[in-house]
Amino acid sequence: MANNVSLSVNGKSVSASVEANVLLVDFLRDNLGLTGTNIACDTSQCGSCTLLLDGLPVKSCSLLVVQADGCDVITIEGLASETVLHPMQQAFQDNHGLQCGFCTPGMVMAGIGMVERRRAAGSGLPSDEEIRSALEGNICRCTGYHNIVKSVAQGAKTMLQGEG
Amino acid sequence: MYKFNFASPATIDDAAAQFEASDDATYISGGMTLVPTLKQRLAMPSDVIDLSKIASLKGISLDGDMVKIGAMTTHAQIASDGLVVANIPALAELAGGIGDASVRNRGTIGGSLANSDPAADYPAAVLALGAEIHTNKRTIAAADYFVELFETALDEGEIITSISFPVCKVANYQKFSNPASRYAIAGVFIAKTSAGVRVAVTGAGPYAFRQNEMEAALDGDFSAKSIDGITVSDDGLNEDIHASASYRANLIKVLAIRAVEAIS
Repeated sequence: MANNVSLSVNGKSVSASVEANVLLVDFLRDNLGLTGTNIACDTSQCGSCTLLLDGLPVKSCSLLVVQADGCDVITIEGLASETVLHPMQQAFQDNHGLQCGFCTPGMVMAGIGMVERRRAAGSGLPSDEEIRSALEGNICRCTGYHNIVKSVAQGAKTMLQGEG
Repeated sequence: MYKFNFASPATIDDAAAQFEASDDATYISGGMTLVPTLKQRLAMPSDVIDLSKIASLKGISLDGDMVKIGAMTTHAQIASDGLVVANIPALAELAGGIGDASVRNRGTIGGSLANSDPAADYPAAVLALGAEIHTNKRTIAAADYFVELFETALDEGEIITSISFPVCKVANYQKFSNPASRYAIAGVFIAKTSAGVRVAVTGAGPYAFRQNEMEAALDGDFSAKSIDGITVSDDGLNEDIHASASYRANLIKVLAIRAVEAIS
């Protein structure tokens, strides 16, 4: 039985009729053409499919579209303006925080989620250890973790203090 | 995934009625276990009933000397909640160590307890602290709740509404995590409660249990030395590709000593 869902995706309202067994990540990729959110392990371990659901990082391969009904979804495509990258994206570029790039959208979204949580809690800049802990659910098989941590640290600094 | 019907009732009564009316229904909370299970076709319910729109299942409050946590409260909320951090800091820390940050934003305490995975973290805290599990029908004492592997005292269709934990400021949880899933290969929660020292173990057996010998020893002398001489039997402990039964038996003691040292 199809279900009617309405959600906001990158600021745009989306209404659709979907089967209950459709995953959010498949809906974004196949129905909306938003292929920036990647599927790798498809078992909630790797974090390639991380996006922001009502501001919180979640794994969209383990979420049904119907569960996201009424929610606000932000994907990697929703971050940059036409000409300016989001500070977290810019930080990944500046610090060579990617190699093959497949895990990068998930890393960026998880990093932003962590920074926004810290902003809300007033807990200031994250330590490297806190960044690594926040990225525990995001796996890079090029194993470029050092530069990813550097990137998130710079992104956090820019987001929280407005400087590069 | 097989096809199924999906509903998001607004009240507990509606959810229970829909479950009753279905041939083969299952409730979904955060879905961190259920969605992967459906994807692997290990379950094929005809109806999935979502509990996330039921407002009365959410929230954390101080109720006398108990911290009451709504079943749909996420691990991330428990980990960062001021009331939990102030009154049962070890529970907040435990919740903050479940899975990873994204999983903690979806997974809920009620879903975890209803599923009763042998390697879940909460069961150790529930048993050690002597929590009460409130459902839409009754209240179940922690000691009566865990029945078998993936089996609890919940009846078919019964819904956990909240869990009450007695305030306990002196407690600690130590676990040895599976490096991929962060599930507990073994986990030990030690609490100094009004009824004495409680030592509860998760991950090591088919379901969480108390370690009475360690409790008695720690009641006499709360020190790592007092449990150092105890030999933990591997009888009935889990054995899988991650760890043998005897390895888990040894972990129980190692983790208990770490927990005692963290408290001391």
